[in-house]
Amino acid sequence: MCEVEDDYIGELREREKGLGQKCMKCKEGSAVLIIRVGDAFCKSCFKEYFVHKFRAMLGKNRVVYPGEKVLLAYSGGPSSSAMIQQVQEGLGRDAPKKLRFVPGIIFIDEGAVSGQSWEEREETFSNVRHVLEDTGFPFHIVRLEEVFLLPHSVLQRNLSESTPQKQNYKQAVGHYMEQEDSQRRVVDELAQLSTADPTSPRASDLLPNSSSPARFTEQLVQLFTSVKTLTAKQELLHTLRNHLILHTARSYGYSKIMSGESCTRLAVNLLSNISLGRGAFLPMDTGFSDSRYGDVLFIRPMREYSVKEISFYNRLFNVPSIFIKTLDTKALENSSIQRLTETFITKLQADFPSTVSTVYRTSEKLNTCTAENRKDGILQEQCLLCLCPLDTHSDRASAYQATKVSQNLSQRMKQNCAVPAKDSGKLCCKQGQCCEKTENKPTLRAAGIVHILCYSCQVTMKDLESVDHLPQYIHHEAEHRTRRCEMRKEIQEFLLDDGSDDA
Amino acid sequence: MAAPVSLLLEFGGGAELLFDGIKKHNVTLPNQSNPWNIRQLLVWIKQNLLKERPELFIQGETVRPGILVLINDSDWELMGELDYQLENEDNVVFISTLHGG
Repeated sequence: MCEVEDDYIGELREREKGLGQKCMKCKEGSAVLIIRVGDAFCKSCFKEYFVHKFRAMLGKNRVVYPGEKVLLAYSGGPSSSAMIQQVQEGLGRDAPKKLRFVPGIIFIDEGAVSGQSWEEREETFSNVRHVLEDTGFPFHIVRLEEVFLLPHSVLQRNLSESTPQKQNYKQAVGHYMEQEDSQRRVVDELAQLSTADPTSPRASDLLPNSSSPARFTEQLVQLFTSVKTLTAKQELLHTLRNHLILHTARSYGYSKIMSGESCTRLAVNLLSNISLGRGAFLPMDTGFSDSRYGDVLFIRPMREYSVKEISFYNRLFNVPSIFIKTLDTKALENSSIQRLTETFITKLQADFPSTVSTVYRTSEKLNTCTAENRKDGILQEQCLLCLCPLDTHSDRASAYQATKVSQNLSQRMKQNCAVPAKDSGKLCCKQGQCCEKTENKPTLRAAGIVHILCYSCQVTMKDLESVDHLPQYIHHEAEHRTRRCEMRKEIQEFLLDDGSDDA
Repeated sequence: MAAPVSLLLEFGGGAELLFDGIKKHNVTLPNQSNPWNIRQLLVWIKQNLLKERPELFIQGETVRPGILVLINDSDWELMGELDYQLENEDNVVFISTLHGG
């Protein structure tokens, strides 16, 4: 699998110029595309390769048990469209090794945030609906505005172990295959669900599609306009989107979520997350499976496909995808960290075709240590927004403490300098740590949230003018955790635990 | 003297945004003595079809990294990239891969 690229490029260019090159696999068909560094494939071999990779990814990792409900996150883009098509293909096969889970699809309409008009959103909505109806799977189209209606329990990690893990994978498959009629039941259920109106089986606290009031749209727009940088906007959008997907998965009983992030996308995420301060969470953000939510597992089956392979596949085999404008469409190269990293990687990839796969392979070497999550039965604190274990409770000699010290020093310097600092209370607020001269209320709220955030979420929050615009469920959960923390401090002396070194 | 070359140009993956949202363009390239190649086609596109933000489509004399080019449903790397000589009724597709998935 390893290729020595560096000395190769000169030879490669000459080889590639040959017209009518033969497929390197079957040696018969004429090649239609080049993947990786120099592998030319014909159309049918490419299809085989593509399909095989998807099944191998799921088969190798063995996390999706037969009969499980899996939610596919669809954004309209090429990768998620290809993922859905692969799932359809995998479920439809007659081969004994066909995929055996029960899929559902979720699409989140983020038009309010990316500045789309109501008509454009409706058009997108009907295009998406059309595509999803064709798949035959049950689907949920959710508007991002519904994030204001989420309960604060979405930010709590559910501790229950999901039952399929009691059997090991092979046993589960064998058991499932014995139940021939249960397979048939699943197919019937799916057929029933797909004819049901998608708006009717909604949880009572979420709004039906057609009547989401304009005030939520306004609130959402207000929230995003109060964010100063595009970087923070993208991070916030990502967070809110994940909360919404998680809530939908939990409400409808899905135990897995599949996301269509490609190799290239993950390489970009890896580097930009490091720049955003999420170095501690790289394995979770870019690995195959992400268990931060507890009961719902987040998996990325498309992580070995480069965008070139996906785009070619979609083109050659007519996989429908919908182009939807997002926050950073047509944005300048250096308008956000994510955008800059993407430009950097794509440009580097053009000259050094092994860039993306090298970054990807590096990310594969990162592992999550799951043992740390439970200490004496008390869970390690999770970040309020991204739900990753907090990385800010570290000892005095850490990099985080050093950052805080220098921040405090620069704050003190600002307070000591001339009078204008007093009047333009706004200047101090920009640093995210209000000095005593401004009102108490926003300080308290901001402080209440900040101490339960991981480092990168804190940095994102600093770019918000005020945390008041955040949806209520975030504030409720923050208060809930703060109260619990205080309660624990009060009764700490009375608790008997082995780790305690107090008298 | 080369015969006039008529082509079907397609734009996908978000690239169509730079061309007024129109995905398919039937174009006829003007006569010229030397056969048209992709390099010249790109210049022609920039001058005649591209409505805004040329730097999002073209970089120097080639396409911006991240934009795939297919000629008659084959990778342009197999056809010679910029030096491929266009023939009548060719289908050239530009797909932007920068809008993830």
